[in-house]
Amino acid sequence: MIQHLPILQVIIPLLAAPICFILKEARLVRWFVLIANVMAFVISIMLLQQVNLHGTLVYSLGGWEAPVGIEYRIDELNAYLLILVTSISTITLMAAGKSLTKEIPESKITYFYIAYMLCLTGLLGIVTTGDAFNVFVFLEISSLASYTMIAMGNDRRSLWASYQYLIMGTIGATFILIGIGLMYMMTGTLNMYDLAERLPEVEHTKTVFTAFAFFLVGVCLKLALFPLHLWLPNAYAYAPSIATVFLAATATKVAIYVLLRFIFSVYGFEFSFSHLPLTEILVSLGLLGVIAASIVAIYQTNIKRLFAYSSVSQIGYMILGIGIGSKTGLTATMLHLFNHALMKSAIFLALAGVVYRVGSVNIKAFAGLGKQMPWTMAAIVVGGLSLIGVPLTVGFVSKWYLVLALLESNWWPIAVLVMIGSLLAIAYIWRLVEVAYFKPALQNNQSYKEAPLAILIPAWIFVIANIYFGIDTSFTVGVSEKTAELLFGGAR
Amino acid sequence: MRLKPIRIRSRAIEILINVILLAFLAITALSLAFTKDLFASVMLTGIYSLLSAAFFVLMDAVDVAFTEAAVGAGISTILMVTTLTMTGRFENRKLHHPKIALSVVIVTGVMLVIGTMDMPAFGSDTAPAQVHLAPYFIMQSGEDIDIPNIVTSVLASYRGFDTFGEVVVVFTAVIGVLALLEFSRKDNESAEKPAPMSQHKILRIVSKILIPPIMLFALYVQFHGEYGPGGGFQAGVIFASSIILYAMLFGIEQTRKAVSMPVVKVLAALGVLIYGSVGIVSMLNGGNYLDYNALAESNITGQHVGIIIIELGVGITVATAMILIFLTFARRIGKTNEGTA
Repeated sequence: MIQHLPILQVIIPLLAAPICFILKEARLVRWFVLIANVMAFVISIMLLQQVNLHGTLVYSLGGWEAPVGIEYRIDELNAYLLILVTSISTITLMAAGKSLTKEIPESKITYFYIAYMLCLTGLLGIVTTGDAFNVFVFLEISSLASYTMIAMGNDRRSLWASYQYLIMGTIGATFILIGIGLMYMMTGTLNMYDLAERLPEVEHTKTVFTAFAFFLVGVCLKLALFPLHLWLPNAYAYAPSIATVFLAATATKVAIYVLLRFIFSVYGFEFSFSHLPLTEILVSLGLLGVIAASIVAIYQTNIKRLFAYSSVSQIGYMILGIGIGSKTGLTATMLHLFNHALMKSAIFLALAGVVYRVGSVNIKAFAGLGKQMPWTMAAIVVGGLSLIGVPLTVGFVSKWYLVLALLESNWWPIAVLVMIGSLLAIAYIWRLVEVAYFKPALQNNQSYKEAPLAILIPAWIFVIANIYFGIDTSFTVGVSEKTAELLFGGAR
Repeated sequence: MRLKPIRIRSRAIEILINVILLAFLAITALSLAFTKDLFASVMLTGIYSLLSAAFFVLMDAVDVAFTEAAVGAGISTILMVTTLTMTGRFENRKLHHPKIALSVVIVTGVMLVIGTMDMPAFGSDTAPAQVHLAPYFIMQSGEDIDIPNIVTSVLASYRGFDTFGEVVVVFTAVIGVLALLEFSRKDNESAEKPAPMSQHKILRIVSKILIPPIMLFALYVQFHGEYGPGGGFQAGVIFASSIILYAMLFGIEQTRKAVSMPVVKVLAALGVLIYGSVGIVSMLNGGNYLDYNALAESNITGQHVGIIIIELGVGITVATAMILIFLTFARRIGKTNEGTA
């Protein structure tokens, strides 16, 4: 069975979705989905073990060897991403049972779980595959499922948010498809590793350049790189809380993975950074994103929206790390990818608790919550400190590596701008802290109880992870350095 | 071998037809952009698809053409018309000119044109797509899979996992539509409305005669995919359109009596499961996922069995998905009218 692990990773959540559709009963479905998730998580850990033991795992689907058939190919980078996605999805799901009852009508809960599983399937499929077109197919699955989840929010604006995302996401997907199509036209293959071998022959053609440009823009739309982020704030703000946690922590990360794979493994560092002013583009857009999105975040009154804008700025950091074009920069990106997922899961899960008790995430509703829901608010504060980059949190580790990478390249003015980004983060976190801890509860407010344990415990698992990986960095830094090495080493 | 002059002349005619078709495509696209009448735009998208289908036929991509005709010109036009009955026929006047959108479109267009500059010549036999994998599929698929339609070999076996993914995409779309538009049980007891076309005797009779042959044709397309253009996707869409035709003429409620919704839903999931379990069975038999060779004693038999079963899964999911999407859309019609009246 061991040799089938790569496909089981994807096929278990995939087949769980139609089975849920037949099961129908929401409570039954919930347990079923949870079991499937735990299985996926266990498989992802076993996969990392296998990769550490045997090196890159290759699995030919249908028994047809690539490039004739489709292959799954798992190295450290994929394995790392798989663990990230499945662990977050499993822990988030623990809170789903409670949180969803307040936010989604009972008759729709089963559909939400199915969409959740399909989205997970899509993300896992994108990460495991070694085939460019297969990436597109699973991207479609995850996108369609996330539009569905977002539109199920109880605010009517969620429909509009989902529609905006649908339009932008479809344009992104189309660009990606155009890119893949042109790559196929010039090389005659869809397999990523075959592409990596055959692209250098035709690398000076305008068609290959166009393919790269389209692919890049499409993926950047998906990962909400400033200024292509317009779909993100509303989508995160009005989606059901559980969907927000899941998407904020995993979907954009997977898009960044795709970007890394194609820049470094398929096209190769040489091509990417010499044929296109990639450094200039990524660094300037990354920085703009960091600063602009943080400033906008300060003025938000909807707290979910505030943290959504903060996500856009955090994505800016990751892009900045790629743009530096050095191993340390890439290590910083990989670290932040993991760490940011932890921060946003903690924060958005705690916000799910607030929605559960208070029913609103408007900043006014937070008055006095510091006393009434101490554990929930503490989770948000720790997550916020991590966002700022305070020592002993994960945020510090990734910022440290980013600044290190910038100084290594002698780009200290940019390092200063990164610091300013952190200051802006203090500003938006402080606004929330001030209201929650220093404003008395409104007179007519009834007092709120602490969020239910079913939500609080998963949130605190992430909070503890934020602190643990902030102190013991051996796992995250080790894997990040290894993957950065791997990406710079080229395809094989 | 044909004689050279004839070949040249036939090529010239082909180029002429290509130019005309592409010109029609461009005209259709432009009028689509300018028309304010949504009904006209829906019809124009249908025409656009049909023209593309014709264009694909000229490029000898008959399978793609078939799909485009069935899906693009057929079912998606029907779904859009259904939506129109709820939204009204005319586009609202725009208050501002979307200048940014236009500039994005222009930049995209320019990039695409730049991209064409170094493309291999149209129809060139030395293009990378012709010399790398295509020879393998042409030479080897007979030995590997032994069915005449190479396209089906690639879709159903060599790249069967992509096709599985596409089926899941269709399934995801159904989940999305049901999650957002399905009524809860209470709303189900809406008053029985008279069938929309009850006055049109000729339409009713003609369609009643037509529905069985359409279904039969769907089955033919389903099981003939190995020998000619066709397969589960097209067959599913054609089958669904026969049910949709029935629903349009005899009313949604009547259709729901004939077609049990719970059964259709189970079937939609079942199609995906059928496809997926073929892979599981091949794993249990010692092969890789979706390795049809492991399904039977001889490889060829295994491939044939595998392809027939997965095509069946595709057909079931696609047909039921289209029926579900249409019925869920269509049941909204009465609802929104009540709301606005």
